[in-house]
Amino acid sequence: MTSYATDLIIILPELIVVAAACLVLVLDPLTPLSRKELLAWLSLGSLALCIGLTGGQIGVMNLPLSAFNDLVVVDGYARFWKLLLFGVTGLTILMSLPYLKMEGLHLGEYYGFILLALSGMMVMVSGADLLTIYLGTELMSLSLYVMAGLKRSSPRSLEASAKYFVLGAFSSGLLLYGISLLYGLTGGTRLSTIAGALGTKGFDDPMLLIATILLTVGFGFKLAVVPFHMWTPDVYQGAPTAVTAFMAVASKAASFAAFLRVFVEGLGGFKADWSSLFVLLAVLTLVLGNVVAIVQTNIKRMLAYSSIAHAGYALIGLVAAGRSAGESGGTSGIASVMLYLTFYAFMTLGAFALIAMFRKGGLEGDEIEDFAGLAKRQPLAAFVMMVFMVSLTGIPPTAGFIGKFYVFMAAVEAGLSWLAVVAIIFSAVSAYYYMRVVMLMYMREPEVSAAEASHLVPSPALSIVLACAVAGVIIFGLFPTPVVSLALQSVLLLK
Amino acid sequence: MQPDGFPWLSVLIFLPLVGVGALYITQERYAREIALAVTLLDFLLALPLWWLFDPSSSRMQFAEHAAWITSPPIHYSLGVDGISLPLILMTAALMPLCVLISWESIVTRVRTFMAVLLVMETAMLGVFAALDFVLFYVFWEAMLIPMYLIIGVWGGPNRLYAAIKFFLYTLAGSVLLLVAILVLYFYGGHTFDVLALSQVTYPAVVQQWLFFAFFAAFAVKVPMFPFHTWLPDAHVEAPTAGSVILASVLLKMGAYGFVRFSLPMLPDASQAMTPLMAFLSITAIIYGAYMALAQVDLKKLIAYSSVSHMGFVTLGLFVMNQQGIEGAVLQMVNHGITTGALFLCVGIIYERTHSRLIADNVGLAKPMPRYATFLVIFALSSLGLPGTNSFVGEFLVLVGTFLWSKAAAALACLGIILAAAYLLYMVQRVVFGVALPRELPRLTDIGFREFGILLPLLLLVFWIGLFPNPLVSRMHSTVTKTLETMARTKVAPISHPSAAATPPVVLSGQTEDARP
Repeated sequence: MTSYATDLIIILPELIVVAAACLVLVLDPLTPLSRKELLAWLSLGSLALCIGLTGGQIGVMNLPLSAFNDLVVVDGYARFWKLLLFGVTGLTILMSLPYLKMEGLHLGEYYGFILLALSGMMVMVSGADLLTIYLGTELMSLSLYVMAGLKRSSPRSLEASAKYFVLGAFSSGLLLYGISLLYGLTGGTRLSTIAGALGTKGFDDPMLLIATILLTVGFGFKLAVVPFHMWTPDVYQGAPTAVTAFMAVASKAASFAAFLRVFVEGLGGFKADWSSLFVLLAVLTLVLGNVVAIVQTNIKRMLAYSSIAHAGYALIGLVAAGRSAGESGGTSGIASVMLYLTFYAFMTLGAFALIAMFRKGGLEGDEIEDFAGLAKRQPLAAFVMMVFMVSLTGIPPTAGFIGKFYVFMAAVEAGLSWLAVVAIIFSAVSAYYYMRVVMLMYMREPEVSAAEASHLVPSPALSIVLACAVAGVIIFGLFPTPVVSLALQSVLLLK
Repeated sequence: MQPDGFPWLSVLIFLPLVGVGALYITQERYAREIALAVTLLDFLLALPLWWLFDPSSSRMQFAEHAAWITSPPIHYSLGVDGISLPLILMTAALMPLCVLISWESIVTRVRTFMAVLLVMETAMLGVFAALDFVLFYVFWEAMLIPMYLIIGVWGGPNRLYAAIKFFLYTLAGSVLLLVAILVLYFYGGHTFDVLALSQVTYPAVVQQWLFFAFFAAFAVKVPMFPFHTWLPDAHVEAPTAGSVILASVLLKMGAYGFVRFSLPMLPDASQAMTPLMAFLSITAIIYGAYMALAQVDLKKLIAYSSVSHMGFVTLGLFVMNQQGIEGAVLQMVNHGITTGALFLCVGIIYERTHSRLIADNVGLAKPMPRYATFLVIFALSSLGLPGTNSFVGEFLVLVGTFLWSKAAAALACLGIILAAAYLLYMVQRVVFGVALPRELPRLTDIGFREFGILLPLLLLVFWIGLFPNPLVSRMHSTVTKTLETMARTKVAPISHPSAAATPPVVLSGQTEDARP
């Protein structure tokens, strides 16, 4: 019954984003250097349109629409992630406005690449076929490789780009290899076909074991899960900070979304097997992420390790979903991952936005020591940063606490109290490095004179981004019910 | 729980937050006055609760109930009973004093300091009033950051170390509480309601694990013997108001957690753990007292005396009989008043001599007679002189302990003797000692502000010391109910047959004795 036209209407948001991206790339050479922000406004306009289109479907959140012979599905799950991705992309574009100006990067194609990456992510969260998901992943990754290297004058940025590219290409290869093995086993790449063909097979089938491991490794690189995290600190540190924020939040969220869909809808038949594999990854990620973050002196590197650790918390939700028995279908586990990444998006995006515009005589002040005495110079900026750090630690009343609450709740429900205990002990460990930033801001004097000391360069766009992030962290920390019910409505069922 | 007309507790809890807003829309130079007005108003609002409270009822009063998060069902539910009422009143009463004592001693970032104090007040009142476990946890944890800032920003020379030590210790302790809360939720019929959770009988193994998780959170806060090492550092480095809040309110939260959650929810495990808890409590009583004897720093001395006094509280709670628990709750209030007052005294002298060392503050009776009078009275109250408040609390605890084990009571009594030793030794030097013939700063006796800070506490010391009945009668039916809740399990709690039967008689008789 689906004609070509209806297919196109179903993926209208994707089409709008791609069209806007192409338009930006075409208009870029025609726009004078001083007017590049027009392109940003164009991109924001297209995002607003998409938010309207997808947001309008909240009332029919659960209605799944498939297109192109079930290659793409727009269900509640996809809508949830898309809304999150639109929001994150919009805030990233806003924070890039002053950032690019400050860095002297007058590159219109920057916005084009952001939109292209976004369209890739949208395909990832909507893909119902391993190849669609793979295509989305590649579109996202290729755009991010370019964006990581946009600060051409900085060797670190180029190094980040090259490193990201080499490792990313390698992991894509592994992912593809896993997909081809699954194809060989099941005769299809459609997730529903795979689920049907696998039936009750488990890890006792060595080919399936290898395929699962290859898929896990492939996704593990994108998620920055230990032991596939090696690229993260270098890339996060080297890439332009706005791009780092985008990678840490949007790319992680989209990869998690696709990862969950593949394992829940395609490989849900042997959930007990993969969840015991992920327990190991989750614990390793938590331990390494949190412990190594303690010794970092660069705040971008510290947040890189913190983002690794946060992937570990989110992974617990998936483990819990896999372990949950019977009726509930792992609802609370999957919903907890969705919630965790939503709340994580606000606090991490906010922290990176602040760091992006934190300047030490025109250069980025990204050493943790640069924050010393900030509370005296700019009390509001220090307070905002403190809110993000408190939320990242997971202390109420912030969104970070609510996120952890739901993840641990899912773990306890699935009978994994010990995992919750391990995770929560490491969240106490994480307090040490997050609170060090607070300590520097509030309790130490800067060693340099006030004129040289680093400070936050204010700008209207940055204020909007920070206000949104702080509001998100505090409002969702106090009243999480709307997001929670949205996530519970749109959750994937694990059969 | 019947909903009451006026939301007393919500107003009490959130008024300080409104005060924070007021601080930031006015000029910084009015920060002190605004903070004082807000805390005073909050105290005045708390006062009517004392009379409106129905002592004969063991139910939660002034209850408020509203849905907060729908899935899982988490409620914004508040209420007070005979155990939380005195603690709420004590907290509300101490906060204006904390603002007053900081009037001149806090000179940097006054507005931020007052804002942080007010946030603390909201969190502390919330902890004592919350009847939903998640709500409780939110308030409990929300306190960490303000206290961290109070110690770390306005503290003494070694404040950074003390602040992070306080923060990590208490956080590490309380994170396990969160897992315990979640486990309770699934075992206790999918609810976070504290009262409903207290009605469920949990399997013995689960109780054991939960007890340890609760213990980690509450024992660090109390602090019980092996987990007390953050306390001397935090007390010494914190500004006076911070020390008062720490000693008077924060330490009570741990004990409150034991009596509100551990005892009624995990009666079998508490029963099984009684010998261990009593051992740790008695160790704390004696060890804390010995450590206090050796201190040369006034604040450290009082900090270790807190460890010793809080040992009485946990001892009273875990002997699990009417006298023990009533004594423990009373002792919580008494310790809040007396130790708070002692810290205020140290703060007052520190403002003058800029030293907390006993050796630098010798022979104050001559230059500061009024101050010396207050100090002596509070010291005597702290050592449990009959006629003062601590005597009543400690006496009840010891009676309860005696019913449980005579040997334990005998050992605990050592603590009182040692308390007399270290406090009188301190008084002897600080008040009556002969100052070394060297240049002393000109000492002025306490003025109106400081007099006004100490006088209310002095009145409370004698009021509770001489007429404890109004206070004890308010907690009586609640304690009875707690014991009944505990007795619902297969294993009956160890309580002496006479223990629960005739407490009023024992009480009034003992009050007579208390008069000097």
